[in-house]
Amino acid sequence: MSISKEDVKHVARLARLDFDKEDIEDFTKKFASVVDYVEKLSEVDTEGVEPTYHVHPIKNVMREDKVCKSLDRKESLRNAPDKENGYFKIPRVLD
Amino acid sequence: MDFLKLTVHELRDKLRNGEITSEEIVKGYFDRLEKLEDKLDSFLTITKKEAIKEAKKIDERLKNGEKLGDLAGIPVAIKDNIVTKDIKTTCGSKILEDFIPPYNATIIEKLKSEGAIIIGKTNLDEFAMGSSTENSAYKVTKNPWDLTRVPGGSSGGSAAAVASGEVPYALGSETGGSVRQPASFCGLVGLKPTYGLISRYGLVAFASSFDQIGPFTKDVEDLAIVLNNIIGYDKMDTTSVEVEKKDYKNALKDDIKGLKIALPKEYFDEGINKEVKGKVLKAVKVLEDLGAKVDEVSLPHSDYGLATYYVLAPSEASSNLSRFDGIRYGSRVKDYDSLDELFIKTRSEGFGEEVKRRVMMGTYCLSSGYYDEYYNKAQKVRTLIKKDFDDIFKEYDVIISPTTPSLPFKIGERNDDPLAMYMSDILTVSVNIAGVPALSIPCGLIDGLPVGLQIIGKAFDEETIIKVAYNYEKNSDFILEPKMGGDINEL
Repeated sequence: MSISKEDVKHVARLARLDFDKEDIEDFTKKFASVVDYVEKLSEVDTEGVEPTYHVHPIKNVMREDKVCKSLDRKESLRNAPDKENGYFKIPRVLD
Repeated sequence: MDFLKLTVHELRDKLRNGEITSEEIVKGYFDRLEKLEDKLDSFLTITKKEAIKEAKKIDERLKNGEKLGDLAGIPVAIKDNIVTKDIKTTCGSKILEDFIPPYNATIIEKLKSEGAIIIGKTNLDEFAMGSSTENSAYKVTKNPWDLTRVPGGSSGGSAAAVASGEVPYALGSETGGSVRQPASFCGLVGLKPTYGLISRYGLVAFASSFDQIGPFTKDVEDLAIVLNNIIGYDKMDTTSVEVEKKDYKNALKDDIKGLKIALPKEYFDEGINKEVKGKVLKAVKVLEDLGAKVDEVSLPHSDYGLATYYVLAPSEASSNLSRFDGIRYGSRVKDYDSLDELFIKTRSEGFGEEVKRRVMMGTYCLSSGYYDEYYNKAQKVRTLIKKDFDDIFKEYDVIISPTTPSLPFKIGERNDDPLAMYMSDILTVSVNIAGVPALSIPCGLIDGLPVGLQIIGKAFDEETIIKVAYNYEKNSDFILEPKMGGDINEL
């Protein structure tokens, strides 16, 4: 198996996810099966092949720098789980 | 009214000649829907009051002699990952349990300006990640043809709703087959348009370089009508493409004499159900008898489509889904000691298993040391897959194959094995990787379950695949009518 429980814990930290002790075994097994499957890409000779990040050749679409209609503050904050004085509220990050 | 069979164009005609009002149509569908929903679970949110109000407005306008478009006064259902102003939009996820969007997706604005009546939001695999609609945090949608089977996914709610006559047409979205596969499983016409044809503004992003909205309809004429009303460049989506305005109804004509059809041998190999293959080849014969020329061809990188997809789509998803952090919208856990803990707990409790698996997969493929091996490698294979299609389309007008390798599977059958679930998209994902259009159209029944024929076209040449589908539909000889189990058919 290509992926260990430790690998899963490391990637989970990067993804801001956490797995319960009782779930991690099963998750690792299934996750490893997917990683093992995509390994087959290594069989393909891609020497000299350019990557396709996007099917249409669109690059840096710009617009004029002028003020457009946007959501007002009340609407923007409508779905916020916590807010105060017109701002999104988060726990203290500085001591 | 036979709501099980009525199409959009039939409803439009009845509405225009005064045989029925929009209010009667809308109420008629709600009556049916309210009786069926217990068994099907297609919908997450119903917008009855608003729909009836809108229908009355349309009736008023018709009474005043206004000329309205094809979709005016006719109900539509919307997959719940397309944002609707003031109507809850959950993406089938707990993390968006109470999310009320403050704006409409561009496609919703388009439908509304045409007088379409939105009757509700349909169930889906969480964030459109899945192939069976079993991964919804809320309910498991059933296939109207056999309630013990899945309707396909991720747009399974939209597909089941149309197939059962809860609504005459619906919108879904595709990243790797999420319209075509459920269309195949539910006996409908379903289209994945060329990437860029329809604005993605307001479609909650899963994999941005793949995602496209697509319609489910009962027949090809309806597909042309719906497509006419939802395409177009949108300055709010910089990946949408400016194309000449077309009337897809012009593609509803006979003539496919001399049309060149390619059958890729990799799409008919031993992994594909024999009976499914048989139905598809029978359909190809119908087209051949109408004058089309058929050749076997090869798309040599087909075998790598699914692996490419399961690196690239999760990579894009892991980035897109980082916005669900419990700060600006969505749910937030109650207990946390730090900002980091707030993120971790909110996401771990808010996302289901499959979404976590894809976020993890993407994070892994993009992580330091693995980026070249997985992500960059897959982008290069994508180039080769796209080139396979480009090469075939230099000589051929369409590519035809089965839409899915098997018939609709049983609920629970593949739930515990992610790879077995992913395999049901093996014939659809390469189309999304290449960005070309493709549709699924019913081509017969096996043991009472529908089979889908996939017709793939050149980029922005939806007309040709619509024309081929129309010719097949007119000359096919089976009757589609889901047996929804006992009394439901009598409704």
